[in-house]
Amino acid sequence: MMELFGVSVALLALFAGFGVLIGLLFGFFGMGGSFLVTPALMVMGYKTDVAVASGLAFVFATSVIATLKHRDLGQVDYKLGVLMIAGTTAGIEVGKIGLHYLQDIGLADTVVSVIYVLLLGGIGVFITYTATKGGDGGGLSPDHDEADGEINADDIPDIAKKIQSYRVPPMMKLRGGIRVSLWMILLVAFATGLLSGFLGVGGGFIRMPALFYLIGVPVPIAVGTDLFEIVFSGGIGSFLYAMDGAVNLSIVVPLLAGSAGGARIGAAATSLVDEDEIKVYFGVMLLLGAIAVALRKIGTFMDIPVLQTVSLVVILGAATLVAGASWSAPSGRSGRSLTPQRA
Amino acid sequence: MFGLESATGVDGALLVIGVVLLEAIILYVGYGLLERLVGPTLVDAIGGN
Repeated sequence: MMELFGVSVALLALFAGFGVLIGLLFGFFGMGGSFLVTPALMVMGYKTDVAVASGLAFVFATSVIATLKHRDLGQVDYKLGVLMIAGTTAGIEVGKIGLHYLQDIGLADTVVSVIYVLLLGGIGVFITYTATKGGDGGGLSPDHDEADGEINADDIPDIAKKIQSYRVPPMMKLRGGIRVSLWMILLVAFATGLLSGFLGVGGGFIRMPALFYLIGVPVPIAVGTDLFEIVFSGGIGSFLYAMDGAVNLSIVVPLLAGSAGGARIGAAATSLVDEDEIKVYFGVMLLLGAIAVALRKIGTFMDIPVLQTVSLVVILGAATLVAGASWSAPSGRSGRSLTPQRA
Repeated sequence: MFGLESATGVDGALLVIGVVLLEAIILYVGYGLLERLVGPTLVDAIGGN
């Protein structure tokens, strides 16, 4: 079999192709690709720590590329970013310790799989529900015109207003004219870092909404700051795992090459299609992702090997379905992404 | 890959993450140039113009 740098060309092509699919989703929706990587690797039979570590390294690299693109837009709150990094680092370390402990007692695969099923399924149901209901994807569709100016008080979610009203010192003044307790920022950072270290995800699909809904940071600044933070959290997380030799470059390198290209195409495609009409596909894809992980787990538990194959087909088919739907969706652009554009 | 399968410890981790970071920067610059060169044509082609 042909090899390149000691790795099968077929395997490199498989990951590059999967990367293109993920990049298309990432570029098109501004989210949704990277947190499919770890479950897909687990479905393919990679050990949990390798799947998590390689997923984190992939997230680190994609956030570097996205941050480079965003730096000129001035949508990064560095003070908030540094605080998030501090809280997230502690969260990642605790998450990593938790994962290793679960691996030692043989429960890592089960627990990570169950959390993935709940997360993917939950977000999938939420997005599908809001899409079919004619909602706006959870209120996070960006208004790019608002850029990074002062946030209008009416635009601050009620929960964030409540949280901002708890004036536990020291209080921090953030961009957009927000004042919030340092402790609340650290709490949000720690919780999302915990998930990053535990699941091998950047945490952006949780942290960005958390910054908006819980702290009240304007969406464009939440996105830019989140990306800045993910560079560090992804970098630290993958570094910690790489010390144990868990980052597999034969996965990360082709995946990233495909994904970076796919993200460019996906971002360009947002100007050509009516995104509102395919939100539902995205929600369905997440639900199928949840089903794939569940099928794999059931296959292992009940010793039904065919379910492993079915699971792999479902997860790759789901990504292909949405990527294909993006291209076949009718023109008539709405001008909005499901979440703010990050790639 | 690249003979780094057994890279562990602080030095090994720095090497592995360095490779990933270098690839990200190369891809950012490379795809950026490519997009500037063929992007408008490609978008027109996809849009059916």
